[in-house]
Amino acid sequence: MEYIINAPVTAASAGPVYGVITIESPELAGEASPGQFLHIRCEGYQLRRPISIAGVTGNRLTVIFEIKGKGTRWLSRRKPGDVLDVLGPLGHGFPEAGGKVLLVGGGVGVPPMHFCAQRLKDCDAVLAFRSKDRALLTEEMGALCKAVTVMTDDGSLGEKGFAAQGVAAMLAQDRYEAVFACGPKIMLKTTFEAARTAGVPCWVSLEERMGCGLGACLTCATPIRGADGQKVMKEACKDGPVFRGEEVIWDG
Amino acid sequence: MVDMRVDLAGVALSNPIVSASGTFGFGREYAKFYALGELGAVSAKGLTLHGRPGNPGPRIAETPSGMLNSVGLQNPGVEGFLRDELPWLKTQGTKIIVNLSAGTVEEFAQMAELLSVDGVDLLEVNISCPNVKCEGLAFGTRPETAAAATEAVKSHTHLPVMVKLSPNVTSIAEIARAVEGAGADAISLINTLLGMRIDLSTRRPILKNNTGGLSGPAVLPVAVRCIHDVYAAVKVPLLGMGGVETGEDAAELMMAGASAVAVGTAILSDPMAPVRIRDELKEFCESHGISEVRSLTGSLEVW
Ligand SMILES: Cc1cc2nc3c(=O)[nH]c(=O)nc-3n(C[C@H](O)[C@H](O)[C@H](O)COP(=O)(O)OP(=O)(O)OC[C@H]3O[C@@H](n4cnc5c(N)ncnc54)[C@H](O)[C@@H]3O)c2cc1C
Ligand SMILES: Cc1cc2nc3c(=O)[nH]c(=O)nc-3n(C[C@H](O)[C@H](O)[C@H](O)COP(=O)(O)O)c2cc1C
Ligand code: FES
Repeated sequence: MEYIINAPVTAASAGPVYGVITIESPELAGEASPGQFLHIRCEGYQLRRPISIAGVTGNRLTVIFEIKGKGTRWLSRRKPGDVLDVLGPLGHGFPEAGGKVLLVGGGVGVPPMHFCAQRLKDCDAVLAFRSKDRALLTEEMGALCKAVTVMTDDGSLGEKGFAAQGVAAMLAQDRYEAVFACGPKIMLKTTFEAARTAGVPCWVSLEERMGCGLGACLTCATPIRGADGQKVMKEACKDGPVFRGEEVIWDG
Repeated sequence: MVDMRVDLAGVALSNPIVSASGTFGFGREYAKFYALGELGAVSAKGLTLHGRPGNPGPRIAETPSGMLNSVGLQNPGVEGFLRDELPWLKTQGTKIIVNLSAGTVEEFAQMAELLSVDGVDLLEVNISCPNVKCEGLAFGTRPETAAAATEAVKSHTHLPVMVKLSPNVTSIAEIARAVEGAGADAISLINTLLGMRIDLSTRRPILKNNTGGLSGPAVLPVAVRCIHDVYAAVKVPLLGMGGVETGEDAAELMMAGASAVAVGTAILSDPMAPVRIRDELKEFCESHGISEVRSLTGSLEVW
């Protein structure tokens, strides 16, 4: 069930790179599951911005976003007491899991992994960032996960290297029921390959530009390998954003 | 009380607001928010004879007061529509407009025949899609080919036929006269304008198709001008569209000559847009002492 909600902002902060907004909505909070996103109206701009749900506490939902262009800049200027026009929760998120899950987040792919960690009983994480000043949620993830590997491209925080190296190391050390990943496409691809090598099923969250967010306008279509191996277009907003690694046409 | 009923080529609409083709799927996604019977009609996603995967992504780019799309007519084909969508859609209590595109006159004729079934109220012949090469648009840019497509559909259906025109032409009135001459019962306009946006960091177009169709508030004045030109040139009723976001925008298109008004891009950001716009149009009529919304049509007086 999707809602269109005028949700009050209860907390908001912004740094040089990221913005964080918490809104209150019993409907959205009650319905939300990890991997789903909110489609947020940014005043003065034609299209809503899709932002993953980073966490739910009680009736409150938090989103964490990189301040990139015009819409996210507008978002970063919101203050407590403002009202946000939010459509959500949208999309198919990550599956439920009883066993241990390895969460893999890169950059602004980390926030949805935080929501996964809130809901999973047993998880570890690999968090990858470009550099220390772009690190996100490392302490919070440390509190929710058993083991966390932090990696940076330049070695300014944690281990130097890319996410997939950390993923391969974790998969070699422990047994996992699944790998959940969100981040840049190249990171998703290498993570999926590492998981496949280890024989662990992997789900990834894809990013596409979106219009309606509901499956009606077909502007977010992404090529997916159907059951018969044939390429089919699926709506990232509705059929995704989370897909099984095997379904994704990585070079499509 | 305002009488909101309008007539579009013999199809009685409960109110003038229609969903624009391609922005509303086959209605399922929006039926979760309101009964489709709230709308005068639903214009379904553009169909081709056989299903199409559409263009590669990205397919959407934001623009000042609008957007570009290059979906490229992704659709399940006539058979898929008749099997999976129409049986549901026709139980929703709204009028159904089926939008169709084809690459040849024969294909238009074949589609018209297959789609002339119970539940379909009106055929909308899309000869103006800018996103598929050598199809659609090619028919819409010359009077002779526009007439040929119209005639092919008209001679293979008992349903009223509406032809959708492109603003990407020198004289839209000339094309309108040609399709009216070929038997069109109504004309819908405007389809999107060709546009392009560049990602400055990669120096590449944002759209994988390079170009796409511009829609949204940015095109409203183009729509008003085109509707005005076509209203003066033909007698058949017009379904106006292009950038409508409020009831007042809808009233403006009606004054320019539209009998009914389709809402497209506005739905993408506000799923409630068609219902809200209908209510606002009614309020506009109430506050201006208008008792029949249809009296707005063509009520413009030019200088
Ligand atoms: C399902 C999903 C979940 C996401 N979750 C997050 C998140 O949790 N945190 C975060 O920081 N970012 C997330 N993103 C990316 C985020 O949507 C874009 O960074 C944002 O839309 C950029 O908007 P802008 O106004 O800053 O940029 P502008 O360049 O002004 O945007 C112009 C248009 O392009 C679209 N656009 C630009 N970049 C992207 C992109 N990378 N992905 C999708 N649309 C884009 C915008 O939505 C808008 O329609 C997510 C994207 C998707 C599809
Ligand atoms: C995402 C998208 C898909 C569209 N698909 C179709 C289509 O399949 N057939 C068609 O005739 N018009 C299509 N259109 C054009 C619209 O029906 C409409 O003519 C145009 O967008 C102008 O109206 P608007 O500004 O209210 O959107 C599409 C428009 C958009 C934005
Ligand atoms: S954004 Fe409209 S179908 Fe996905």
